[in-house]
Amino acid sequence: MRTIPLVLCWLSALAAWLLPAGLALAIAIGEPVAFPTEAQQRQYQTLIRELRCTVCQSETIHESNAELAADMRRRVRDMTLAGDDREAIIDFMVQRYGDYVRYRPPLQANTAVLWASPFLLLLIGAGVWWQIIRGRKRMSQRPAFTEQERQALDRLRRGE
Amino acid sequence: MRVRLLLPLLAVVALLGLLFLGLGLNSRELPSPLIGKPAPTFELESLEDAERLVTKEDFIGEVVLVNVWATWCSTCRAEKPLLMELARGGIPIHGFNYRDDRETALRYLDVSDNPYRTIAYDPTGDVGMDWGVYATPETYVLDAQGVIRYKRIGALNRQLLLDEVLPLIETLRAEQVRGSS
Repeated sequence: MRTIPLVLCWLSALAAWLLPAGLALAIAIGEPVAFPTEAQQRQYQTLIRELRCTVCQSETIHESNAELAADMRRRVRDMTLAGDDREAIIDFMVQRYGDYVRYRPPLQANTAVLWASPFLLLLIGAGVWWQIIRGRKRMSQRPAFTEQERQALDRLRRGE
Repeated sequence: MRVRLLLPLLAVVALLGLLFLGLGLNSRELPSPLIGKPAPTFELESLEDAERLVTKEDFIGEVVLVNVWATWCSTCRAEKPLLMELARGGIPIHGFNYRDDRETALRYLDVSDNPYRTIAYDPTGDVGMDWGVYATPETYVLDAQGVIRYKRIGALNRQLLLDEVLPLIETLRAEQVRGSS
């Protein structure tokens, strides 16, 4: 029982040691940027989480440490400061790097399958589920013996 | 009943087929939205001479290659002998020196060959962003009107030149001749 406080003590020491390291890392990646208005700050923060880093393809430019991602963040910041709105900045990036930079793909002809697939999968799942339920019901409803067989069984039980 | 047993098998085969197709795709190669569009305009210092400005006009007028390179990019260095061959073969090549240091780049060109007619110095990568550069080396083919007709992300190689780039240059040159006559 006496070990518990000791463990807690160790854990807090560990946390105290790890936390500043984590914070330092977070700051290094997300270079603090000051904006004059709250709205611009919000726009910057959402956009860097919605644009994909094209070199490191499974990261947003917010997460990525690549130089290109830093360039892209800088561009988002500059355009935001210059008063460009969200659409303008996304358009700017799409014109240069293609739809691929958007983590939230637009709904258009070549992405229709992408958007529809979850619903298709859900439909297929529902179909399979329905089939199974129906099969089970049929199984439980099926009479085990015919009338004749039951009578024969009865006779057998009575020892005739 | 037999059909129902076959269904999972079919599903697995279809999935494997998709995965197999996926193996053949290179997810690093993104289709450039700039193909078929006029090359973005820019204004940069020349690498060799800070006083001289290089603009898009310096790149257009004939069918050219535009190669984005840097000294820190080892693939670019490996690609250069091939560019030399092309340049000697009479294909004009212009370059963007991308996110590099002028001194280092000039020293590098001093001690090795220089396949470039014009080199625009882009230390910040701002013009690179306008051209949609994200992985050096990148090579563009511009027609005589300055429209981007082809883009290669990553190093060129002999096979690619023979299969795609050189035939395209031929076609574009023929177009140019037809256009001017």
